[in-house]
Amino acid sequence: MSRVHVSAVVNGEPVEFLCDPTQTLLDVLRDQLGLTGSKEGCGSGDCGACSVTIDGRLACACLALGAEMEGCSIGTIEGLAQGDQLHPLQKKFVEAAALQCGVCTPGFLVASKALLDRNPDPTETEIRYWLAGNLCRCTGYDKIVRAVMEVAAEMKETAR
Amino acid sequence: MSARQFKVVGTRPSRPDGADKVTGRARFGADWNMPGQLVGRVLRSPHAHAVIESIDASKAAALPGVKAVVTSADFVEQENRIVPAGEMQVNLRDVTRNVMAREKALYHGHAVAAVAATTDAIAREALGLVEVRYRVLPHVVDVEDAMKPGAPILHDHLRTDGVEPRPTEPSNVAKRIDFAKGDAAKGFAVAEVVVERRFRTAPVHQGYIEPHACLASAAEDGQVQLWTTTQGHFQVRGFCSRLLGLETSQIRVMAAEIGGGFGGKTVVYLEPVAVRLSQKAGRPVKMVMTREEVFRASGPTSGSSMRVKLGATRDGRIVAADATFALQAGAFPGSPVGPASMCSFACYDIDNVKVEGFDVVSNRPKVAAYRAPGAPISAWAVESTIDILAQELGMDPIDLRLRNAAKEGTKTHYGPTFNRIGLVEALEAAKASEHYRSPPRPGTARGVAAGFWFNVGADSSAAAHVGEDGTVTVISGNPDIGGSRAALAMMAAEELGIPYDKVRPIIADTASIGFNFVTGGSRVTFANGLAIINSVREVIAECRRRAAKLWEVEPDAVVWENGEAKPASTNVGTFEPLSLAKLAGMAGKMGGPINGHSQINAQGAGPGFGVHVVDVEVDRDTGIVTILRYTSVQDVGTAIHPSYVEGQMQGGAVQGVGWALNEEYIYDRNGKLENAGFLDYRMPVASDLPMIETIMVEVPNPTHPYGVRGVGEVPIVPPMAAIGSAIARCTGVRMTNLPMSPPRLSAALDAAAPRLAAE
Repeated sequence: MSRVHVSAVVNGEPVEFLCDPTQTLLDVLRDQLGLTGSKEGCGSGDCGACSVTIDGRLACACLALGAEMEGCSIGTIEGLAQGDQLHPLQKKFVEAAALQCGVCTPGFLVASKALLDRNPDPTETEIRYWLAGNLCRCTGYDKIVRAVMEVAAEMKETAR
Repeated sequence: MSARQFKVVGTRPSRPDGADKVTGRARFGADWNMPGQLVGRVLRSPHAHAVIESIDASKAAALPGVKAVVTSADFVEQENRIVPAGEMQVNLRDVTRNVMAREKALYHGHAVAAVAATTDAIAREALGLVEVRYRVLPHVVDVEDAMKPGAPILHDHLRTDGVEPRPTEPSNVAKRIDFAKGDAAKGFAVAEVVVERRFRTAPVHQGYIEPHACLASAAEDGQVQLWTTTQGHFQVRGFCSRLLGLETSQIRVMAAEIGGGFGGKTVVYLEPVAVRLSQKAGRPVKMVMTREEVFRASGPTSGSSMRVKLGATRDGRIVAADATFALQAGAFPGSPVGPASMCSFACYDIDNVKVEGFDVVSNRPKVAAYRAPGAPISAWAVESTIDILAQELGMDPIDLRLRNAAKEGTKTHYGPTFNRIGLVEALEAAKASEHYRSPPRPGTARGVAAGFWFNVGADSSAAAHVGEDGTVTVISGNPDIGGSRAALAMMAAEELGIPYDKVRPIIADTASIGFNFVTGGSRVTFANGLAIINSVREVIAECRRRAAKLWEVEPDAVVWENGEAKPASTNVGTFEPLSLAKLAGMAGKMGGPINGHSQINAQGAGPGFGVHVVDVEVDRDTGIVTILRYTSVQDVGTAIHPSYVEGQMQGGAVQGVGWALNEEYIYDRNGKLENAGFLDYRMPVASDLPMIETIMVEVPNPTHPYGVRGVGEVPIVPPMAAIGSAIARCTGVRMTNLPMSPPRLSAALDAAAPRLAAE
């Protein structure tokens, strides 16, 4: 099986990779680009642990093929912090104990940022439905939802 | 214990591994790689029950890129002997057969062979070339069916233990146990109200988001390194050494960050296989389960069939209890029927109790521990019956529980007498809560249930190393599954009297710290905490000795306060206090490094009790239950880091919501699992739930210096019965089988419609 050459942008950096036509974006990120922050919880798009953005749209990296990424801009958990500064969502998740084991956390953070980019002032219900594609088995979601609500409120305050 | 004033304990600092876990830097089981590593894959039985007549792996082995193939022949046969592992008792004969099937495949998904190849694609292709000849046998997946005469027998050697005389015929009932207190028959004779019901629960999976994963590297000199996601890397070492015939010192296990376990990662599946493949191939082997494999082959907890009978006086005194619990163990003996039976009536002070339990094998994956193993199962039956009793007596369900609540001095039906416990306080807090005082809105209803878990202590080793600047590393050996690093560092900082950020907690591998029992039994903050406190106390004692030497006074004349050695009184003399940093800076001149260590078998884990209150709404057409409001109340001893304690109370409650309303394994008529994925095995998602309110009641555990009790397991015990009781009070229909999923509830409501219309 001949491999496909792909040029894309990951977290703002241009990258090139060769992948099998059957290889998922998640496998490319984890196995070829060394970005293991995106996790495989199911491989079927049910758990959201591999949430990334593709051209700004939230997606499960396990459901996209690496070969489809030609010219795409991909955002992963590794691109959330700026330099030595955590994103406000990252900071809040730590402060608010919005993680226990932490394996779903990268997916929740990427998904939460995608929500706030699109809707800076979500209701609790909107947050709960937006994050319904991300499974967490530890927290019962309470502290995650609160963290996102608090960050939204703080970002609104800062913007004022 | 007097209310102690804490400086660090009870605050909510950021966890030490926080930055790593929000940036993707933290390395979980599947995130470890080595140069030259191979991919390991497991061939699994397509049958629920079959004799393995032969395995021919020659074609697979000949495929270019395949570097090793293993079958059961590559693992040492084990004697039929029970040893403790995690919170369960295991038989190594069965463990080796669960890791790799020998004579028979005992469930759909049972491992029968494994390969290691240069790529995943080649490994998968090789699996297809392994020729296994099966002779398919009749199977049984249901616990009641498995107990019936004439049921397909899984193990010809199995005789029911605990039955006199010892049976001569094989059975799927591995064990019968019983517990008794007083005289149940006499108790029922004086009871004015008697209720009796039968209940069932479905097996449910722990549902950790991270599948099992490991990386093994065996060297030519016999040394093995293993990175794995586990709740107990010392247990992994122990299992691997026995199953592979290695000495423990030949295996060094590094615990990866763990993406959830809930008891399910206290056993081994892939690790011995990966090590064996690596030994044969001479290269590192990485193995990661798919989600489907997790469902098909890793442990859920038991399904059950139960009967509970309660007798009470009209004024609400429970005078007799009688119950039978049959728990399905999966393919090998070892269900948590023991703890289920012991926890069942532990919340209540009842004079006459009789409990009988059965451990039953069937053609399903072997069960593994799941958060308070067994307790939620028996609590579903007992707490539902308590609620029925409350309805029959016309009593408030909290008042009925308060009337009968276990307290200090209560002798349990399984033997021990309780020390200081906080069930009454938890019930009172639930009753006084804003939630409970606000009536449910029309059309909705409320349920209440209580729950108990023993909590455990067990083997723990820890060390505290003082750096030359006076900052401290505390070293322990239990994987941090939900914030325990923070709790341990906080206790060390508290004891030393230094700021939290001057303490760095490290989780060491099996070669770098002494033995530790698994992260389980809600034991880490309690038992590791004790070992850490002891280690730090050694550091403090050494600091006092050194200050005394400098000041030329007796060590007793030196006290340790706020991170400094000080004269005990003005009589001792006037000396400038010596901080940890100062003492550390002169360590080289004062006897060398300042370290402390501790190794204990921690006793005196304080039992935990919780009370949950839930309001539900039921869509009568669809059977969909909406959780409107949920409050989790618990005696938490002392909350070291309250946010993580709340997190346990919330997370356990929500796992219980899934258990109550949706989760179950669906088998087809051939015993094949049909819903081995997160789409069809539906765990709760954010939009299913409201906020989970928490009320932490703090009744300190008198046997721990800070009053710590385990908190992680209790919260999964009450939810199912609380939700079932709310549904019963909402609809007039008492569900006795879990899950109360929309189709089941809807069918039950339809069936009850004529009765309800007549009432």
